[in-house]
Amino acid sequence: MEIAHLVVMANQIAGFFEPLPDRDEAIKSVARHLRNFWDPRMRKQLAAYVIQGGDGGLKPLARDAVLMLHAETQSRSAP
Amino acid sequence: MLSITDKDWGTPARNSGQFATLEIDGKPVTVPVGTSILRAAALAGVNIPKLCATDSLEPFGSCRLCLVKIAGRGGYPASCTTPVAAGMKVRTQSDKLGELRRNVMELYISDHPLDCLTCPANGNCELQDMAGVVGLRHVRYGYSGRNHLDSPKDESNPYFVFDPSKCIVCSRCVRACEEVQGTFALTIQGRGFASVVSPGQHEPFIDSECVSCGACVQACPTATLMEKSIVEKGQAEHSVITTCGYCGVGCSFKAEMKGNEVARMVPNKDGQPNYGHSCVKGRFAWGYAAHPDRVVKPLIRERRSEPWRKVSWEEAINCAAAGLRRVREKYGKDSVGAITSSRCTNEETYLVQKLVRAAFGNNNVDTCARVCHSPTGYGLKTAFGTSAGTQDFASVLKADVIMVIGCNPTDGHPVFASMMKRRLREGAKLIVADPRAIDLVKSPHIEAASHLQLRPGTNVALVNAMAHVVVTEGLTDETFVAERCDTSAYRTWKEFIAKPHNSPEAVEEATGVAARAIRAAARLYATGGRAAIYYGLGVTEHSQGSTMVLAMANLAMATGNLGREGVGVNPLRGQNNVQGSCDVGSFPHELSGYRHISDPVLRAAFEQAWGVSLDPEPGLRIPNMFDAALDGSFKGLYIQGEDIAQSDPNTRHVVAALKAMEFIVIQDIFFNETSKYAHVFLPGSSFLEKNGTFTNSERRISRVRKAIPPLAGKEDWEVTVALSNALDYTMKYSHPSEIMDEIARLTPTFTGVSYEKLDRLGSVQWPCNEKAPRGTPVMHVGQFVRGKGNFTITEYIPTEERTSRRYPLILTTGRILTQYNVGTQTRRTSNVVWHREDRLEIHPHDAEQRGIRDGDRVEMSSRAGATTLRALVTERVQPGVVYTTFHHPESGANVVTTENSDWATNCPEYKVTAVQVMPVTRAARREEVRLYAAEASAAK
Repeated sequence: MEIAHLVVMANQIAGFFEPLPDRDEAIKSVARHLRNFWDPRMRKQLAAYVIQGGDGGLKPLARDAVLMLHAETQSRSAP
Repeated sequence: MLSITDKDWGTPARNSGQFATLEIDGKPVTVPVGTSILRAAALAGVNIPKLCATDSLEPFGSCRLCLVKIAGRGGYPASCTTPVAAGMKVRTQSDKLGELRRNVMELYISDHPLDCLTCPANGNCELQDMAGVVGLRHVRYGYSGRNHLDSPKDESNPYFVFDPSKCIVCSRCVRACEEVQGTFALTIQGRGFASVVSPGQHEPFIDSECVSCGACVQACPTATLMEKSIVEKGQAEHSVITTCGYCGVGCSFKAEMKGNEVARMVPNKDGQPNYGHSCVKGRFAWGYAAHPDRVVKPLIRERRSEPWRKVSWEEAINCAAAGLRRVREKYGKDSVGAITSSRCTNEETYLVQKLVRAAFGNNNVDTCARVCHSPTGYGLKTAFGTSAGTQDFASVLKADVIMVIGCNPTDGHPVFASMMKRRLREGAKLIVADPRAIDLVKSPHIEAASHLQLRPGTNVALVNAMAHVVVTEGLTDETFVAERCDTSAYRTWKEFIAKPHNSPEAVEEATGVAARAIRAAARLYATGGRAAIYYGLGVTEHSQGSTMVLAMANLAMATGNLGREGVGVNPLRGQNNVQGSCDVGSFPHELSGYRHISDPVLRAAFEQAWGVSLDPEPGLRIPNMFDAALDGSFKGLYIQGEDIAQSDPNTRHVVAALKAMEFIVIQDIFFNETSKYAHVFLPGSSFLEKNGTFTNSERRISRVRKAIPPLAGKEDWEVTVALSNALDYTMKYSHPSEIMDEIARLTPTFTGVSYEKLDRLGSVQWPCNEKAPRGTPVMHVGQFVRGKGNFTITEYIPTEERTSRRYPLILTTGRILTQYNVGTQTRRTSNVVWHREDRLEIHPHDAEQRGIRDGDRVEMSSRAGATTLRALVTERVQPGVVYTTFHHPESGANVVTTENSDWATNCPEYKVTAVQVMPVTRAARREEVRLYAAEASAAK
């Protein structure tokens, strides 16, 4: 999928949770939203983009949430 | 005229809570105090003659046919206007009463055509019946005196005839227009003998303010107002109770039949939620079901460039299954999916999502609710614990303050609007928040206390500001919050909402609404008594649609306006089964009952019932499907009853996605824009041709009953079963009731639902289970479904769609009363006489700046595309805002809408598009005509 569009969508989600006073809670909320509503191929593609150093305007909160999700996925698939 | 099977009790029921026992013709009867003698008699099995009385209208006492004798009282009072009293003894028959009634009938008949045998009402005429009942044998006055027999007919309305020569001036039509519909389009003009029923100022019906709801036709006791279909075909011989297939009100109707042909649709006066009322669509615009454009043979083709080939059902189903299997094998299990339709039944949508999850092996199923009310599902579930409106429709009759935001009920949900207008006429206060002056702002006997004419896209700022006023002026209901809500979340929210940037003064510039108006509306909402919010797509179809639903939920919780009658947060769903299609698991992340697919316990229950393993990950939503198609990972699609190429935003993007897919199966009743890109066309069945259920905006599950056999030979659920079986996932159902039984077994909120119960009770509102066996009209009584109500921080984030020098205007869209969504159905009915084309509403100031006159053809362009349509210069819209409907494909409203969408659900932002509008030059117009001619020629 077009990465720019995924970035826009992830930023919108981060925008909603940004006002939460607790940043850890905000990161978890964004990650939970991505986990609950995004098809895995969308999550994988965005995670790959972030891991490869792409920042193309992704908000820090969105980036942290994507990394959190990625770490979760890695730990689940680890032997 | 009432339905052929209706019993008329004479006057409306009363519910005083106190009872009186009286005697009528020696029969004791006990009725609520306030009941008329006429109704009490009918309940006792005594039929008093009547003409001007009917149980849908308040008594009027004009015809003097229902006279009775009351022991101990002088004279002969009209039983319709005389209330019962304890111990009263009433006689309904005597020589004197008979004489009085015959005298009345004699006068009526002296000015009435004696053409009963050729009259369309013959066999279902109250005047004819009463003449028989009172024993009228001759008319002493003769027929040659002054009369109205030569009064010309008004046949201007496409659906009914007004024949004043048959009118007895009982005023039932006038009262129905006032009391039931609330339009006040009819009046009695003149006095004495010259009194006549008149639409408006003696205008033809078509030119009057009549909205063609049919209430007058239903109320008429003679053939004065008569459906043209009955005039043409004669009286029906049986009727089938079913549910309307149009909007989310979900009216109950009697399909009156002559054999397998519908003679007319009559609103079911014993049916909820409409209690015998209707609108022009449900009442009259059903002719599309038998339109010659219907596709009634299965069609296939190898390539899109080839013509369609008619084939047998078996060949079409096998072709569809082979194509989907081929794509799946070639590109992987996640490369195929399906879209369910909110026009189809619960059972049909349930089967399609089951097909995807069980036979396709993924969760790539979504529904057209994605593009309308998906933010409602997200927002209300987050705040209250379930994805549905909080009230039944009748709750509005208890509201003291009604806030209408982002919806236009008189056009989009007309039968509910009539109920709302009745309450407003009784004195409830109205707040309208809408960029456009909808009819409710000012209509006969109704005027909004406040019209917050906000700029499109600023809903959240407005409602946050209202909540700011509530919090900072101490108008919160702290007791309610303390008892019912998560107090920690409340404290956080309260701190947020009290910040100065949420004040009315701070958002005045962004919203375009004066701070004092916001403050006044907030005070009224918080202190005016029971306050109810009703909203529609003007709330959800924004980049902040979900935020706005949450913001309204915050406001309602903070003021204690939840969990009882007359209050609540109520989505008005666009299509007949938006609620139901979502309820039964059409979203890619949820199984039926709004339960997430990742829940292993839940999945295990479905896996056991369905005999397959289920994918725990959410699938693609509709916009994601398009994106995935363009990147090559999504290649096959089964679409039931949905025209995504016309109804979804940014048509160019959608069409590119459809072209990128290798195999598309369409199931629909007509060819549509999307079918141009399909390989298999499976003919669908209209709501008249199948069994099932619809669930309306108030969670009411109602039966859809087959009135005629499916034109193509199969009901839609049978087609999905056949496709599944061809894909080697066996489905065995012999009737949709078995599908509902399966839904009930697997869904806690539906465990008490069955066809047997629906047939017995008429309808039920979910949750319907062991705790609420007869359903739940009002939700969250005593406790929220999620336990404690959840306050959420709802920061206003302006949409990315901004005006610029190139695109200086904001386009917003809506619907009109006589048309329905993309017009597939209503454009194939006589409703087109009211709306032959979509027009672009533009403010006189903007029009003048551009040299646009009313009726001029204009080009509207956005960052996504351009289209042309004719301008309607009007002050309904504010400067800087233009508005159009999207009922005709030619206007191409979605050519200009963008891919911006709600942050939570991807619901498209139809309501905010930056555009420029300019007059179409003659050269451009010539080019347009040339292209149109070329397209038409190619289509031939």
